[in-house]
Amino acid sequence: MTTPIRLRNVTKRFGAVEVIRDLDLDIEPGQFTVFVGPSGCGKSTLLRMIAGLETISDGDLLIGGQRMNDTPASKRGIAMVFQSYALYPHMSVRKNLAFGLETMRMSRAEIDRRVNAAAETLQITQLLERRPKALSGGQRQRVAIGRSIVRDPDIFLFDEPLSNLDAELRVQMRVEISKLHERLGNTMIYVTHDQVEAMTMADRIVVLKGGQVMQAGTPLELYNSPANRFVAGFIGSPKMNFLDATASEAGIDVAGQRLDGIAARPAPGRLTFGIRPEHVEIGSGGGGASLGEARVDLVEHLGGTTVLYAVTPSGESLNVVAPGQQGIRTGDVLPLRLDPANAHVFAEDGSALRRSA
Amino acid sequence: MTMETATNGWEEGRRPPSRFAEGLRRNLPGYLFLSPWLIGFFCLTLGPALGSLYLSFTDYDLLSAPRFAGVSNYVHMATADPNFGAAMKVTFLYVALSVPLKLAFALAVAMMLNRGMRGLPVYRAIFYLPSLLGASVAIAVLWRQLFAADGLVNDLLWVFGIEGPSWISNPNYSLYTLVILSVWQFGSPMIIFLAGLRQIPADMYEAASIDGASKRRQFVKITLPLLTPVIFFNLVIQTIDAFKAFTPAFIVSGGSGGPINSTLFYTLYLYQEAFGYFRMGYASALAWVLVAIIAGFTALSFLSTKYWVHYDD
Repeated sequence: MTTPIRLRNVTKRFGAVEVIRDLDLDIEPGQFTVFVGPSGCGKSTLLRMIAGLETISDGDLLIGGQRMNDTPASKRGIAMVFQSYALYPHMSVRKNLAFGLETMRMSRAEIDRRVNAAAETLQITQLLERRPKALSGGQRQRVAIGRSIVRDPDIFLFDEPLSNLDAELRVQMRVEISKLHERLGNTMIYVTHDQVEAMTMADRIVVLKGGQVMQAGTPLELYNSPANRFVAGFIGSPKMNFLDATASEAGIDVAGQRLDGIAARPAPGRLTFGIRPEHVEIGSGGGGASLGEARVDLVEHLGGTTVLYAVTPSGESLNVVAPGQQGIRTGDVLPLRLDPANAHVFAEDGSALRRSA
Repeated sequence: MTMETATNGWEEGRRPPSRFAEGLRRNLPGYLFLSPWLIGFFCLTLGPALGSLYLSFTDYDLLSAPRFAGVSNYVHMATADPNFGAAMKVTFLYVALSVPLKLAFALAVAMMLNRGMRGLPVYRAIFYLPSLLGASVAIAVLWRQLFAADGLVNDLLWVFGIEGPSWISNPNYSLYTLVILSVWQFGSPMIIFLAGLRQIPADMYEAASIDGASKRRQFVKITLPLLTPVIFFNLVIQTIDAFKAFTPAFIVSGGSGGPINSTLFYTLYLYQEAFGYFRMGYASALAWVLVAIIAGFTALSFLSTKYWVHYDD
């Protein structure tokens, strides 16, 4: 049930174009791993290579310790849920669920038992005799997941399975897939471009860009200690503020302010300073370091929080997420400060400078 | 509503314009634009069709006025005309052989082209070419040369030590040469199949391959069912075309339908009766029977769709 996956120096080329480059990755047994990244980063290609739907140009794929590069998809012990659901429109839900089992020449009694059990788990028993066209998007998604469950695979693969659902249903299905993972305990790999999905569902997130792993770790590791500017900007919503900074022997200057208390001690030169919007505080009093003043360009009142889109005197954008409901209006000039412990510093090549450095 | 309001604005004794007249006045420009087609339809299609329906109940030799003969043409056809039976037999056999073979061949080529090959547009055009040429007189003449006793087909067989017969002069083979000619014109259904295959999402096959379905099972369980609307369309069109086939049989048999009526297509027999023997009344009756047969087949095909055609929406 719980099978590890190892990728060793895996490369994928389409003609002269390299979409995955020399990639190494270990996915531990029973882990819920999310591949996340922008469009074209290679996350779906990587999943399809694990599934056996794309060939591997170079390197090795090991599933359960066995090299699987040349093993057909059906023999890899995987099941896959597609973005488009890929349900057979001419078959009833029951036949859709049974198709793979019939292909395996399983006994009718066992097929019925598995189909009924999966239908019960996903609460689609009443839909078994319907055709996919008579189902809503959420119901189709359940059937697609059911088709994976009945095969009792070692590994579940999900390729952006919630992209076609509306926001409310997406949240609901997200919770259900997480519960399913808790119940079944299988190794699951989930591809998404939505960092909120990644943060909420994953045991471990793999952030990809240009066919390479930018960082792999738990959601909070990625949030608290991004390895580079790309990961820092990709994880978190609203995204992290980046401000030009200069390091000197005396300290780090950001937006015309000397910031004291930053743990990182970079060599003198140009830097990028990062601070998450929720870590910027309004007001001049109290502890922490001052960020100077910023003019508010736009205010979003979300009820529980207030999002401010502000501009520093040097013209750089600075977003702030303030708790609760704030009586702030467009055009207000606010003093801002931050806790240096929450600050991130990136070198010119984008890599994060260790706070302990 | 009072009388006063009902007649308000209209002179005593004059009625308001009817809805039809009002509609006609409003839509007149539309009808004017439609008029070329409407004139063509009424004068060149519906008029002659109704005329032939009337003539089918008459004796008419083109030279004297038609004489009303009741249903005698239809009775003669059903009871006393051995050539009618022969033409029906040849035509039904031709339809039964050529339509499934052509569709199967067209589907096979479409699947081959759908695999994504270089120069696909060129191959597609080459494969479509016979459909453009196939119905022409020139190709029928060529076919006659190919399958003659000293034709290219026998020359090829001779290379393998086989002495072939004269295919078009032998009643055992002549119809089959026309079936082959029909199958060779697979381009039109092939293009439609190709469009249908392109509509099937690739992830259906990917899901099936993860489920362990072989290529054959994928074809039977996914491709064929999802292609049934296209198969149905091609089936109806090709069946109608096959019932109406005329030129190949006319050219290959020299207009006789021979040897021994073996290529006496229904339309060829109709032509002989009309323009060989000037029995226009009888030929009209034959034409209307063909219309009824084609309509019957088409209706049956449509009725059968609920059992085998899968529409996505």
